[in-house]
Amino acid sequence: MSLIELQDITKFYEMGEQTVRALDGISIRIEKNDYVAFIGSSGSGKSTMLNILGCLDRPTSGRYHLNEQNVENLTPNELAAIRNQEIGFIFQSFNLLPRATALHNVMQPLIYRNVRWGKRKAMAMEALRRVNLADRVHHLPNQLSGGQRQRVAIARALVTNPSILLADEPTGNLDSRTTAEIMQLFDELHREGHTLILVTHEDEIARHCKRIVEMKDGRVHRDINTVTADAQVSN
Amino acid sequence: MFFVIIESTRSAMASIFAHGFRSFLTTLGIVIGVASVIAVISLTQGLRASVGQQFSALGSNSLTISAYTPLQDQMQGRRARLTPDDLEMIERRVDGVASITPLLYATRSSQIRYGSQTTFSQIMGTGYAYREVGQFYVQLGRFLANSDNDTRRRVAVIGDAVRRNLNLPENPVNEYVELGGEWFRIVGLLEPKGDIMGFNQDDIVLVPFATMQSIQGNQAQTDIQIQLRVSDDADVDAVVRRVEAVLRSTRGIEQGQRDDFQIQTPEQLMATVDNVIGMVTIVLGGIVSISLLVGGIGIMNIMLVSVTERTREIGICKAIGAKRHHILLQFLIEAVVLSLLGGMIGVALGYGLGSLVAANIPGFPPAAVPLWAVMLALGFSGFVGVLFGILPAGKAANLDPIDALRYE
Repeated sequence: MSLIELQDITKFYEMGEQTVRALDGISIRIEKNDYVAFIGSSGSGKSTMLNILGCLDRPTSGRYHLNEQNVENLTPNELAAIRNQEIGFIFQSFNLLPRATALHNVMQPLIYRNVRWGKRKAMAMEALRRVNLADRVHHLPNQLSGGQRQRVAIARALVTNPSILLADEPTGNLDSRTTAEIMQLFDELHREGHTLILVTHEDEIARHCKRIVEMKDGRVHRDINTVTADAQVSN
Repeated sequence: MFFVIIESTRSAMASIFAHGFRSFLTTLGIVIGVASVIAVISLTQGLRASVGQQFSALGSNSLTISAYTPLQDQMQGRRARLTPDDLEMIERRVDGVASITPLLYATRSSQIRYGSQTTFSQIMGTGYAYREVGQFYVQLGRFLANSDNDTRRRVAVIGDAVRRNLNLPENPVNEYVELGGEWFRIVGLLEPKGDIMGFNQDDIVLVPFATMQSIQGNQAQTDIQIQLRVSDDADVDAVVRRVEAVLRSTRGIEQGQRDDFQIQTPEQLMATVDNVIGMVTIVLGGIVSISLLVGGIGIMNIMLVSVTERTREIGICKAIGAKRHHILLQFLIEAVVLSLLGGMIGVALGYGLGSLVAANIPGFPPAAVPLWAVMLALGFSGFVGVLFGILPAGKAANLDPIDALRYE
């Protein structure tokens, strides 16, 4: 079984009297150690896709298996546990806790896993070392540059050793030099065996990935394997 | 669960101290509320302790018997009296009485003169046994003797305040004072006893009972008080019941009729005082607990603002795996810690305030804060924290992670 299996996933929003079909029947499989980019214009449903993959949102209908677990009927608390254990989020706007140091930000998800202070600190230090921020651990987010903040966020995502890393426009707020740094880090993580799923609208970023899924109007428009250059065009 | 509480407390403390000044203002309502509760309690409890001490100085086994006329009878012009005969009956028929003495208060004039100096004082006719009953001891000269009574000697034992008011010499023994047109020789000076509830026990003149009776005139009208001391091996309650029975039979009170006399024990007096102080404490406590309530609403208000302000943070925490109870506890504990801190500051401040007030009112006993009051104040402020923290905490915990993350 694949790491992620989506079957006929739909997500409808009621906007007044109109029904917006953000996702309109998505079926996709993502394997372990995949490196996938979801691309598409805004409104194509790629962010909704990521929220559902990250168990932040529930689909209106369809099946979602994550790591052989059916996610559909879980309670909010069970979903929180899945987010904590299986998923590492990286956001465009970093989403660090503003009053916590880099170290504390990285330690935060471990609290929800009942990891003791000393162990937590050691794990967070290890994760920060992994993203080359060992010398910035006691800085607050607003004392760090954008690239450093994103690396803290990546450390926070890595520290729980999740099955998948989800990144929503991870370089959207960064300059080109820092973007290159962060993408290099993603490439390394991919090589180390992590499963990465990115949402982006920059071809430059998407080109780093092994697989590019182009979305259009809530459907998968093209699914390209960049390694074999084998494209499957639906519709 | 324990782990979650510790972690929530840690992050609650961090967020309280991150907004130090705001947290202080938030909890100010609780601080003021608790401080006023503690100040009020410390004063009333101080008062109670000192009154209790004074009553125990009276001797816990002395009884005061006096005539009692119900209001209805008073309006019909009737008046119950206690007479020397009643005293004699008690003396003869009640066991367990160590000493018994009549007390006759001066009804006409309480004026005393020495030379050109005039003063007013509490003048009482009594006997030798009053020394034991009232715990009055002389520092100079002697107390009233039985023979003073038998021969209606015009002698007086005075308290220290009277000596000072009359400008009598340090040793007033054998000086003469004028009382109700008669000259009395001072035979003794009492040891100073201090105040009981504003009544200066040193402002007192004791003369023999019979002498007092003779200068009061109409002896048939005499209404005396009887003071007796129960012997150490006798049961006070049993003596009280016996005295009651004797007085009812000699005074011809039929079954079903009410006593026309009353017997007071120091415990009863103490209970009355306790009652009054208790009422004052409850009333004032009620008023200040309203201010605690207001303080609690202040906390809720700020917590609600804080939840809105930190919506995004809550979203982040939920995205990285915080469950409902993690968020709930964090905000709830923050509210409780805030109000408990306020409570602690309030206790310290209230005690300081009470001590300051007590120190600045002359003759007021020192403030005392009993442990129960501290526990009550802290418990109540903790309760206020839970009560007014649960709504904002629930609001935070129920936020949808996506909505919270999108919140700007």
